[in-house]
Amino acid sequence: MENNNIAIKTNDLTKIFGKRNAVDAINIKINRGEIFSLLGKNGAGKTTIIKMLCCLLRPSFGTATIMGYDIRKSPLEIKRIIGVSPQETAIAGHLTTKENLLLIGGVFGLKRGLSIERAKNLMELMELEDRKDQAQKLSGGMQRRLSIAMALMSEPQILFLDEPTLGLDPNARKSVWNYINKLKREKTILLTTHYLEEADSLADHIAIIDHAQIITSGTSAELKHKHKSTQSLKISVDNISSDILDGLMNRGMELITTMNSIVINSVELDFYSIINYLQTKNIKIKGIQMQEPTLEEVFLYLTGKEVKNENL
Amino acid sequence: MKIFSLASRNIKEVYRDPVSMLLGLAMPIALLILFSSIHKKVQLDMFSPQMLTPGIIIFCFAFLIMFSAILLAKDKESALLTRLFTTPLKPSDFILAYILPFLPLAFFQTAICLIVGAILGATFQHLILVCIIFFFAAIICICLGMILGSFITVNQVSGVGSLLITAIGLFCGAWTPLKMMGGVFETIGYALPFAHAVDAAKGLLTGSSFSNILGNFYFILIYALALFVLAIFSFRWRMKRG
Repeated sequence: MENNNIAIKTNDLTKIFGKRNAVDAINIKINRGEIFSLLGKNGAGKTTIIKMLCCLLRPSFGTATIMGYDIRKSPLEIKRIIGVSPQETAIAGHLTTKENLLLIGGVFGLKRGLSIERAKNLMELMELEDRKDQAQKLSGGMQRRLSIAMALMSEPQILFLDEPTLGLDPNARKSVWNYINKLKREKTILLTTHYLEEADSLADHIAIIDHAQIITSGTSAELKHKHKSTQSLKISVDNISSDILDGLMNRGMELITTMNSIVINSVELDFYSIINYLQTKNIKIKGIQMQEPTLEEVFLYLTGKEVKNENL
Repeated sequence: MKIFSLASRNIKEVYRDPVSMLLGLAMPIALLILFSSIHKKVQLDMFSPQMLTPGIIIFCFAFLIMFSAILLAKDKESALLTRLFTTPLKPSDFILAYILPFLPLAFFQTAICLIVGAILGATFQHLILVCIIFFFAAIICICLGMILGSFITVNQVSGVGSLLITAIGLFCGAWTPLKMMGGVFETIGYALPFAHAVDAAKGLLTGSSFSNILGNFYFILIYALALFVLAIFSFRWRMKRG
């Protein structure tokens, strides 16, 4: 029997365009009320997964269920319970903020009064003013917020956010993150991103996707723990001579030094040998801290590629 | 309700571009006045307002192809359509919501051309039956626009649209009766619905009974239904492409 707590479940979900596998036998499970992030470079297959789950694209093989509905058999039922904010800012440029929201309320068959009430609440939540200007005149950040508000208009159980902060400046990005955080636990959210920070700060669960396949998944902490490529040790000291630093480097360690600290990176750190070495050289150790790898280091380790600052 | 919400948005979108609307209305009227003034000098029957008005109305409708194709192609490129594809709207809902905004425009085009024709001296009969003929002719043009808009881009619409407007003007017999052109032109013209709409409207406006134009009417009706279904399939295809 299907677990009632599962909101989205894919079963070897595959999409082939011509001879190219855009999505290759993806298997994910997303629990209700969870924010799940698909993290990957552009072209990795994230948007194609979202398009299949929203019933915009038919899978070549495999299938998925959304709240128990099969994407192949029940697209209309699925469309009634999902909200989608596509990668491009999908708003009607010539309509005002409120008109855009009422349009979505209308196409979902909401009564006019209810539509107006929800539009008002969403404008408050997303801090969107009821301006008479056409939506195309709003700033990029406001347009993104409007796009997310439109996705929420039908009060969906599942929310798909495809690159919700793409192309936004850091302030606007942070403000969109705040709004997404407000929805935490209320909605099941599948968000795609190629911003590591975004996945790290928002998602309960992260799946890293590369070349159409999910190469690893887990919570941010699990991923960092599971895929330590290198270990880092930060040692706070008073003064250290270049001879001692050379001695450490001769042991095959990568060093980053500041006025009063040394960060030692190595595939395998021999903690005791380092401490012994420093003590024999009469170095006064003021503090020692083991450092976790960042999500970026995990991503780099797994895919061998940088994702930051691409396509901005 | 769902259809009307999208239709109401489309109406706002269409009527926020008054220049195109004016072009769609003013150009055929200018042509009607021009040909009528020629008629006054050379007394050619085919240029009389009585004979010319139905053809001019169909020529007006040809602009609807371009307007409806542009609306759909623009939405396709703006990603708004992607969002709407994720809502519970069906392809037939979309087509109806995109057709509805153009019907008042088609009505205005018809009314204005008939009024100008009457001012220029034409006398018209069976106006309600004529409006039914023009209603289906307008549906044909709007559905053609929908089909076009499903497949081509905004930039391509102006080129293809201009070509279609010229072709419809030629093959509907708006300026020159198809029987005068004869041969391939006549065959092609009568294989399309536009010349039938012009002939049916001409017949009714000059007093023929509906039974006399029944053949033309069925031809137009079948074309309208076929293009409506084709427009839905084109849209379904577009939706499947995501």
